[in-house]
Amino acid sequence: MTERAADVAFQCIGLQKRYADVVAVDGLSLSVRRGECFGLLGPNGAGKTTTIEIFEGLLEPDAGEVEVLGLHWDGHEHELRQRLGIQLQETQLADKLTVEETLRLFRSFYRQGRDVAELLQLVELESKRSSWVSKLSGGQKQRLSVACALAGSPDLLFLDEPTTGLDPQSRRQLWGILERFRTDGGTILLTTHYMDEAEVLCDRVAIVDKGKVIALDTPKALIATLGEPRVITHHGTLEDVFMARTGRLLREE
Amino acid sequence: MNRGGALHPLVELTLARLREIFREPEALFWAFIFPILMSVAMAVAFPSSGSAPVPVGIRQGAGADALQATLAASKALAPRLVAAADEGRALRDGEVDLVIVPGAPPTYRFDPARAESRAARLVLDDTLKRAAGRPDPWTALEEYVSVPGSRYVDWLIPGLMGMGIIGTSVWGIAFSIVQARMRKLLKRMVASPMRRSHYLLAQVLARLLFLLPEVAVPLIFGRYVIGMPLRGSLAAVAIVSLVGALSCGGLGLLIASRTKTFEAVSGMVNLILLPMWIGSGVFFSASRFPAVLQPLVQALPLTAIVDALRAIILEGASLASPQVATELGILAAWGILPFVIALRIFRWR
Repeated sequence: MTERAADVAFQCIGLQKRYADVVAVDGLSLSVRRGECFGLLGPNGAGKTTTIEIFEGLLEPDAGEVEVLGLHWDGHEHELRQRLGIQLQETQLADKLTVEETLRLFRSFYRQGRDVAELLQLVELESKRSSWVSKLSGGQKQRLSVACALAGSPDLLFLDEPTTGLDPQSRRQLWGILERFRTDGGTILLTTHYMDEAEVLCDRVAIVDKGKVIALDTPKALIATLGEPRVITHHGTLEDVFMARTGRLLREE
Repeated sequence: MNRGGALHPLVELTLARLREIFREPEALFWAFIFPILMSVAMAVAFPSSGSAPVPVGIRQGAGADALQATLAASKALAPRLVAAADEGRALRDGEVDLVIVPGAPPTYRFDPARAESRAARLVLDDTLKRAAGRPDPWTALEEYVSVPGSRYVDWLIPGLMGMGIIGTSVWGIAFSIVQARMRKLLKRMVASPMRRSHYLLAQVLARLLFLLPEVAVPLIFGRYVIGMPLRGSLAAVAIVSLVGALSCGGLGLLIASRTKTFEAVSGMVNLILLPMWIGSGVFFSASRFPAVLQPLVQALPLTAIVDALRAIILEGASLASPQVATELGILAAWGILPFVIALRIFRWR
């Protein structure tokens, strides 16, 4: 850990997590600075979700140290939860509550934060405030889910595959929301298997495979390691970086 | 504290749960319409009047018509001709309580284990002998007493109320928790600063607010449409219902504490509720079970609710009466033990 403690938003050293006979996370270390948007990239089963859920305090590592906002989960859970915004993969919010009711519910858990009306505006769901969650499109549901994560004006935002399955327009809309959060000084950790998403949003990216970090740098630097583009009309992408390092396509597994 | 326009988390969680319940038409049907339909069906199937004529069959053959004319003269009997081949079925289905085979003397065919058949034998025998010229040494004076509250339907309504209370508590709470777990909503909730106790408490609180109409509807229907008496106090009915619902809520939490699928939760709820519908005296008195089973039957939470409600509604018992107090004690035990176990083993992910 070379950064000064005050600059670090969250970090882990030597993280290990094993499920039955599968090693999900294998000695992973990361340090993310305040104000940074950090991406965890990798194929399904690489250990991205396990890693982010350990940072979120939802899973306990078998070994390794985790520190979030300078605190350990043990003994500081309630305090940390007040300062984190979390969006999980696959959460389905209650179908028969309206958008506004859902936000009010989540907002009630936080000691401070934005007004519900402000949250609605932030994620561009004002016109849907009285619609049932079941009537929302995939993109609208995902924006609502991010709004729930933003309800307590968190310092840190953890997002697990926030745009998986969304159409291009919904993805851009969500990227806009995340960029605004960053402009306000927030720190983001997100997992994704979309290379373009990482290139657009992230300051730094860790490419994770089989529970290990196999590359960690800015998207630009990682692409630069490829050297000359192998295909003339195609500038290098993170997809190519993954391919070059593992000999596999990212979404093959 | 600034909650940005939201109320206390416990209030918001309870409101959210109530909204979900009231936006679910099926839940409303089971809680409100079903008990009424049951009461109406029972009222029709078991009419309160005890003076309905006794249905008796006459085997077709020589002398049958003359016999039918004799019997038809008595208002107490409703005779009909039955083919010999059809006798067994008619008796089995309760179409007739007894079959008479004409002859000198006639033969009465009936099942002595059936109370209706034994009564039919007495009425029929009396009618035939009197028609044959038997003199009565004397005729007793008859005084008809109709006691409200002694009809089957009066007895049944508190039973249905109990069934509703336990049903909604167990189904409502277990199902909603398992659904939230399946949708990964439980996990999302504990990823927020929500207090876990608030979540569980809200499930039970929402269920209690729902209880008011759920108990009131059959009570009002029973009182004003069926004419069921209400001899005890409304407050006592309310308290037994409340304690019963809370107590069964613990059972609901326990069933839902680790279950991950609807199939599993349905199976467990049925496993627990169906035997109680039979064993707890909702439809027929639990005292019909043999003495060896009585300690078990009396310890069931539904037996406690139903017996306490009947004692209050039909007999005017107070909360302090030994019977009601005992039943409340049984319910308290059922409330605390499963609740404590549920909290210990509850899985939030």
